[in-house]
Amino acid sequence: MKHAVTIAVEVTAVEQVTPLIKHFTLAPIAGGTMPAFSGGSHIIVVMRRANRVHRNPYSLMSPPGRLEAYEISVRRMEESRGGSHFMHDEVGVGSQLEIAHPVNLFGLDKIARKHVLIAGGIGITPFMAQLQDLHAANVPYEMHYSVRAPEHAAFRDQLIEQEGDRLRMYYDSANELIDFEALLGSQPLGTHVYVCGPAGMIERVIGTARACGWSDSHIHWEQFSAPPVGDAFDAFLARSKLKIHVLPDQSLLESIEAAGVDVPYLCRGGVCGFCHTKVVELEGELIHNDHFLSAEEKASGKFMMPCVSRARCKNLVLDL
Amino acid sequence: MNAVFKPDESFRDDFKYGNSPHAIRRFPFPFAEDEYMYAVNIEPHLPGPKGSVTEFAIDVDEHYVAECRERAIVLAAEPLRFQALPHMMSAQWDCLELIMESLARDYPEYFTLAKQGTRWNWTNRPLGIQQAFLFGDPATLPQPPLEYITRQAQGDWLVMDQREGDLWVEAGMVTTQADWSLDFDIGMTFKEWHGPVPLAHELGVFERALRYLLNLRLNEPVRRLNWTMTIHPRLDTSPENYPKWGPDRAGVTLQNAGDDAYLRVELQGLWRLPRSNGIVFSVRCYLISMRELVTIPKWAARMHRVLKSLHPALADYKGVSRYRATVAEWLAPYDNGAPTGPGTWPD
Repeated sequence: MKHAVTIAVEVTAVEQVTPLIKHFTLAPIAGGTMPAFSGGSHIIVVMRRANRVHRNPYSLMSPPGRLEAYEISVRRMEESRGGSHFMHDEVGVGSQLEIAHPVNLFGLDKIARKHVLIAGGIGITPFMAQLQDLHAANVPYEMHYSVRAPEHAAFRDQLIEQEGDRLRMYYDSANELIDFEALLGSQPLGTHVYVCGPAGMIERVIGTARACGWSDSHIHWEQFSAPPVGDAFDAFLARSKLKIHVLPDQSLLESIEAAGVDVPYLCRGGVCGFCHTKVVELEGELIHNDHFLSAEEKASGKFMMPCVSRARCKNLVLDL
Repeated sequence: MNAVFKPDESFRDDFKYGNSPHAIRRFPFPFAEDEYMYAVNIEPHLPGPKGSVTEFAIDVDEHYVAECRERAIVLAAEPLRFQALPHMMSAQWDCLELIMESLARDYPEYFTLAKQGTRWNWTNRPLGIQQAFLFGDPATLPQPPLEYITRQAQGDWLVMDQREGDLWVEAGMVTTQADWSLDFDIGMTFKEWHGPVPLAHELGVFERALRYLLNLRLNEPVRRLNWTMTIHPRLDTSPENYPKWGPDRAGVTLQNAGDDAYLRVELQGLWRLPRSNGIVFSVRCYLISMRELVTIPKWAARMHRVLKSLHPALADYKGVSRYRATVAEWLAPYDNGAPTGPGTWPD
């Protein structure tokens, strides 16, 4: 499966909204409007550098009703594979990028009786668009936004103004932590919870919700895992008869793509299952970083998700 | 498209209907082989050959005006053929946009769509319609958006909400169906509404189809073909009206099979919808009589062989058991037993 048709965009504005977060406005080079989308969607931004192509997902933050341009925000990651550094250091007003059409893996449930939104840090981005959808929906909701400190609270003023009582801020610096037991233990039936933020926060929300009796169908999460970095390793693609070398800050999927082999993909974040790949031979161990394979499938050593997973091995042969 | 509309055609009572030679040659004959079994035969809905039914995203043919009139007749008698649950309004607008933009882009001689922000102006020349409205404001259209636009489009349209890892059919316009009921199915999930289909569940067809559709992407629609047979060119073969058309199945003879037995092919399209993140499923019906079909020798032979070899459970489910032997016998002289060429198009 080839990469999806992309849209050529130009960066028309860049704003440093917090010390670590930059906000980008992307307008269509061909003129007209951007494609309509649903709150919670993300786009893949294709960043071409001299020696590497990055394909990173970023949530669309702009109001879904405003299609003159898309807006995304990017947090500079300390341990980066280069994508966020590229956006922060090499992209400015006038830069041209390619983006894929929006994909939504984090949609609002249309028949929910109430929505509880929980954001950690840069995780606020998908909610910015969803809040616009919620304004029109006439359903109760709450926005809980946890950040390190006030200066890291991107878009706080805008949120306070537009959400009023429906927004609650929590600052780590003031030791304000979200009490998940209280929050999730007190909601009426039919409430859905949505969480986007660091892995630990997501695990705590899911764990607490389940412990409080929530059904999985009412728990939604989106995680911005850039594929984890790790040691370099080699793999052999059995059908293509190609040997590939995966660099420390390159995902297995990216390395396969760089070798000219197309693997089906969608989310590039280990959740959708599209890049599901069979392992033909393995001497060593697979490092599973995905949220798609079952525990049994992971233990079997027969499958892996190259978009986020890696290996520590003497020999790895994939059915590609 | 050069076809002339035939506004006097009817799909009931006197059944005044026929396909021009052009319509016959472009008919979406569904059988690529001499035997038929289910498959998840989904393919990208990319532009097909010029003049074909898949050249454009949504096909308008010589039966367009008559089919729209037929839909209006059905709705006047049975308004519940259109339904939409309250939370499906943004999906309705998504569908209106899809259909209007497709028709205006691909048939500019018939349709025009002018936009100034949310002020849209729609012209449908074949039906003599001119409508100014505000996109997003249901009060500015005479019917709910999905009903409004599907009254001007051939085929049935089902809209599904995607949530809880499943698809739920929660809005639709269904007046040309092959024996299923929107009123009965509305609110069901993917596997629920496919419940009655024999054999497919065991083959895992619906599990795979559902996983595929849950990941359907914007701007990448897909399509497939489905088929059955109908006696007389009747579009409305609904459960609600079974007393009207059911008995026709018992009236097929060797004398009338050529003119009264029709192959009914559904060209189905599936699009991801942008604002609602739902999916719209179009079911476009094409009818061809056996007499018209045998003008294409490859189709005659293959239709004969498919009918003879059809699994009895499938024949039952498709409602053809009663007459398939008679129709096969009518077709037999057109099958010389020689191998048929590959693919579905006329040799």
